[in-house]
Amino acid sequence: MDMKVAKKLGLKERYSLMTRDLAWDTTYQPMDKVFPQTTYEGIKIHDWDKWEDPFRLTMDAYWKYQAEKERKLYAILDGFNQNNGHLSVTDARYINVLKLFLGSTPPLELMAARGFSMMGRQMNGAGPRVACQMQAVDEYRHFQTQIHSISNYNKYYNGMDEFAHQQSRMWYLSDGKSFFDDAITAGPFEFMVAIGFAFEYVLTNILFVPFISGAAYNGDMAAMTVGFSAQSDEARHMTLGLECIKFMLEQDPDNLPIVQRWIDKWTWRGTRKLASVGMMMDYMLPKRIMSFKEAWEMYVEENGGALFKDLARYGITIPKCFGQTIEEKEHVTHQSWIGFYMKPQATPFHTWIPTPDEMDWLSEKYPNTFDKYYRPVLEFFDAQEKAGNRFDNKTAPMNCQVCVSTMKFNEPGDPMEMCFRESIYQGEKFHTCSDHCKEIFDNEPEKYVQTFISSHQVLQGNCEPDGTDVNAADFKPGQNMLDYWKLDKRALGDFNGSEDQKNFAAWREQATKN
Amino acid sequence: MSQLKTLAPYEFKSRDAVENYKGKQLLYINWERHRMFSRPFVLALPPETLFSVIVDQYMTDCFSYHPDWKQIDWNTVVWQNGNTPFTPDRNKSLAENGIGHKDLIRFRTPGLDGIAGTGY
Repeated sequence: MDMKVAKKLGLKERYSLMTRDLAWDTTYQPMDKVFPQTTYEGIKIHDWDKWEDPFRLTMDAYWKYQAEKERKLYAILDGFNQNNGHLSVTDARYINVLKLFLGSTPPLELMAARGFSMMGRQMNGAGPRVACQMQAVDEYRHFQTQIHSISNYNKYYNGMDEFAHQQSRMWYLSDGKSFFDDAITAGPFEFMVAIGFAFEYVLTNILFVPFISGAAYNGDMAAMTVGFSAQSDEARHMTLGLECIKFMLEQDPDNLPIVQRWIDKWTWRGTRKLASVGMMMDYMLPKRIMSFKEAWEMYVEENGGALFKDLARYGITIPKCFGQTIEEKEHVTHQSWIGFYMKPQATPFHTWIPTPDEMDWLSEKYPNTFDKYYRPVLEFFDAQEKAGNRFDNKTAPMNCQVCVSTMKFNEPGDPMEMCFRESIYQGEKFHTCSDHCKEIFDNEPEKYVQTFISSHQVLQGNCEPDGTDVNAADFKPGQNMLDYWKLDKRALGDFNGSEDQKNFAAWREQATKN
Repeated sequence: MSQLKTLAPYEFKSRDAVENYKGKQLLYINWERHRMFSRPFVLALPPETLFSVIVDQYMTDCFSYHPDWKQIDWNTVVWQNGNTPFTPDRNKSLAENGIGHKDLIRFRTPGLDGIAGTGY
């Protein structure tokens, strides 16, 4: 008797069975009540089946690929740790890059995981739902692997152990927190433009490539491997973001102005968020790969510019802020470093003045701006530090109501002047750092009046360690910030003279001599 | 006009409304062309605070690190509240000087443009 053998399914059929075939239209409740989020933003979708799944990956294949990557990653991490890999980095200043990265990036990966989990529930179409669920798992994996790779450094160096506590409290982490809080409280389509497109497609290369190459250049195999392990995920994420943009634009002409406004908004918000990444590249990596300016030109002006040319056929124009970002690329990293340098008692990482060689590198990379605006003040700081009078600005900052950066950027066209914008809403003044942040505020003031600005919250008495009596007669707000932030005192101050500096030198000595 | 779209009524108070400061108000101070201080600083003070206290105490504490501070000729200082020029009276209060919640005081010191004239 002949056996009837079922034909093995092709990849396409399997994909279809594992995704779209598992979805159904609801009957107990109308679909628009089950999926209310996909209509209220004003985006019109007529046919969800027109969504082109950008990567046809089934769950079983996904697990297999990811498991393989994990095995390789953790083998390398183990080897790096067992061989005291931390002593092979260029110099101990590099470890401060990791401290800044640890506070600012893994918590945002976690927010991305939350956001894409929500998208996986809120999108009507089965295609985008599956893609968003997979991206949520990816983001969670990145959150974990980044922390794991840095955890080994935490055994030896100061200032890393309270990053999760500090995420929603530290002044300089507010910009990234606000970025994701804004995105996750928007509707699903705006979230996709914010994170899937503006962040993952337009800007992510400038976060990851320089950081990961920076890790490689500076002997940090652990962080480098995490980056490579994430890279194939990132490629999928970029495709998903772009597909979502195209899908919205193809579905209805009324979607264009909404999508354009979101692209303008989120390209700018992402740019502001990346100012501190640029600072890592120009000031914190002992061995530099390229300047922030060069990276901006390559990844944003050239690649981003080509992308927007491609989208022009849908009617999309280059984001409004593009011109300003090009002007600012010669300034923001210097302005950011000065902003951090002057707060030696308020960050869990060290700062320092670049060596004379490093200043020369900056002059060469920034011929129009470094010597003219920034070198003299850095040399002044250096001389003061050597004279025992290291700069410590004890005041609390003024922040932008939208991006929550400190108000440290210059007026476009005049690097000597500060840029201030203000709006009045319901009789109250709101300050912003730029025309673009002002426009974002003015478009949705109801949202941004709620911004959490840590220096204001301190003054309201809302940033005190547990057990503080804010109603006591002698209560003065902000007297116990180190406790509130759980800042390790050993992690404060200039790099010169720090415990990290001394320990690294001593351990490396032990590793190479009798 | 607001472009906000929501699924439900959306009304939230300003997190920095003046009533949250228990009788005080926020004040920002910026020394123009002295960007060494990176950004303006913020204070919460009762509106009865004398303007002289702002200059003699808070501004001096912060800005005296800069070598230009000692060089200032206070008769030539140009003051702005936001973008509006004004002439503060040292012996009058913030309220009497027309300074309200979240106002930004900017002052210029003509001839003093920071370290080596860089604006820093």
